[in-house]
Amino acid sequence: MSSPDLSKFAATSGTSGTPRIVFEDVEKRFGKNVVLNGLGFEVAKGERVTLIGPSGSGKTTILRLLMTLEELSGGYIYVDGEPLTHKKADNGKRTALRPKEVALIRRRIGMVFQQFNLFPNMSVIENIIEAPVHVLGQSKEEARSKAQSLLDQVGLGDRGDEHPTRLSGGQQQRVAIARALAMEPEILLLDEVTSALDPELVGDVLGVLRDVANTTDITMLLVTHEMQFARDVSHRVMMFDEGHIIEESAPDAMFSNPQHERTKKFLQAIL
Amino acid sequence: MAELFTVPAGVISTVQANWQQLLGGLKITVELSVFGGALAFVIAVVLGLAAMTRFAVLRMISRIIVEFFRGTSLVVQLFFLVFVTPVVFGWGSHPLVFAFVALGLNYGAYGSEVVRGALTAVPKEQWECTTALSMPWVTKIRRIIWPQAWALMLPGLNSLMVMLVKGTAIALFIGLLDLTSVSDNLQKQGAERFTVYGISFVLYYLLAMAFSAFLRRIEVRAQRRLGLKPTKTDTNRATAGALA
Repeated sequence: MSSPDLSKFAATSGTSGTPRIVFEDVEKRFGKNVVLNGLGFEVAKGERVTLIGPSGSGKTTILRLLMTLEELSGGYIYVDGEPLTHKKADNGKRTALRPKEVALIRRRIGMVFQQFNLFPNMSVIENIIEAPVHVLGQSKEEARSKAQSLLDQVGLGDRGDEHPTRLSGGQQQRVAIARALAMEPEILLLDEVTSALDPELVGDVLGVLRDVANTTDITMLLVTHEMQFARDVSHRVMMFDEGHIIEESAPDAMFSNPQHERTKKFLQAIL
Repeated sequence: MAELFTVPAGVISTVQANWQQLLGGLKITVELSVFGGALAFVIAVVLGLAAMTRFAVLRMISRIIVEFFRGTSLVVQLFFLVFVTPVVFGWGSHPLVFAFVALGLNYGAYGSEVVRGALTAVPKEQWECTTALSMPWVTKIRRIIWPQAWALMLPGLNSLMVMLVKGTAIALFIGLLDLTSVSDNLQKQGAERFTVYGISFVLYYLLAMAFSAFLRRIEVRAQRRLGLKPTKTDTNRATAGALA
């Protein structure tokens, strides 16, 4: 696949030096079940980080916490140095931000889901322009022309007027990627975006994501089982087990020379 | 063939003598159905959406209203409106208006459960997607969730509408000359009972089916917009919904 110019969607705001994402002492419980406990890590601007680990290790929860789809049970998440959902008040007390404040920061984050989740009540191009028009306040014409160039870039330039259900899973997922990019996010969360696809459709989707990785400086957090892809696009791999990072390193080191016993076992099982 | 369908002479004369009154009764019944149904729909939407907000107070108010109007007798509600509110609150009005309001509140309470159920039935992933695209609540409901819920709620609203059409017969209790009331008066005046009530049956049936067919068309359109093939017939589902 050619590499189209996606650079105009590159993220720009924020002061350099501040990490794009900070997890500080993050805790997430579902009832009595503690998924994350005392988790802390940072992601630099433009960094692409892959989260690996067995299912139930908390990877997806991390993405969902960032997207504010789950409520944080404890601790803090910062985006560009600003609190996402909770802040430390002057007296040191942990206080929840108002929904309006959360919405402001959340706008910098985009997410692509395992199950594409295109809106069935709209055509492909309407799916893409919906949020730019109604959230960012772009004019329909402006949003439409941007959406068209995004569709061209994901190789679906001629399918804009079709109904999403007429597209294959791989094509739907590429539309979902275009839809997330149309919001010009600084952070893109990819939650097992190829897991629901037939094997022969995976390549096109990964191709599109490679282009995004190569031509933008969007910060990415990926949860994936496509280890070759993780190796190619990510700067860093974090291995999770039971809600903790048990090992992290550059992808080459992680995949060719894992240190931790649990990582070795995990990689053996899936490679 | 002709003798199979011979109409007894009594039926024809009964119709000839009373068609104007029957038509007048039908008119009131249609009015009650249309305006009562419209008010019920508005109330159902408002209460159904209120039940889905993040404001606990709104959810609670919606719950109380729904439970009250579902859990008490429609006839008593109507009597209360007609005989108590004018005295206690000084709200006098035409009995027809009271009947609209009673039907609207009662069926609106039932309808709100259909609306809420449909909103809840829109896949969680669709809601999450609207969050991931940072859509404000009104936008996500209006643009994404409602159009999908709409197709889901129409079968339920359809069967409620059929019930409402028949339920308009409560007008009899407050002296409105609706179809039931007219039929009853006619038989009291000596008209042949079989014919009078038979005609009433047919007219209610035709009216209910007309509303049902109309709503069914809207449902098919809503489904088509979602890229779904319309299901064959909803008679069974509607019946099940009505009995539920």
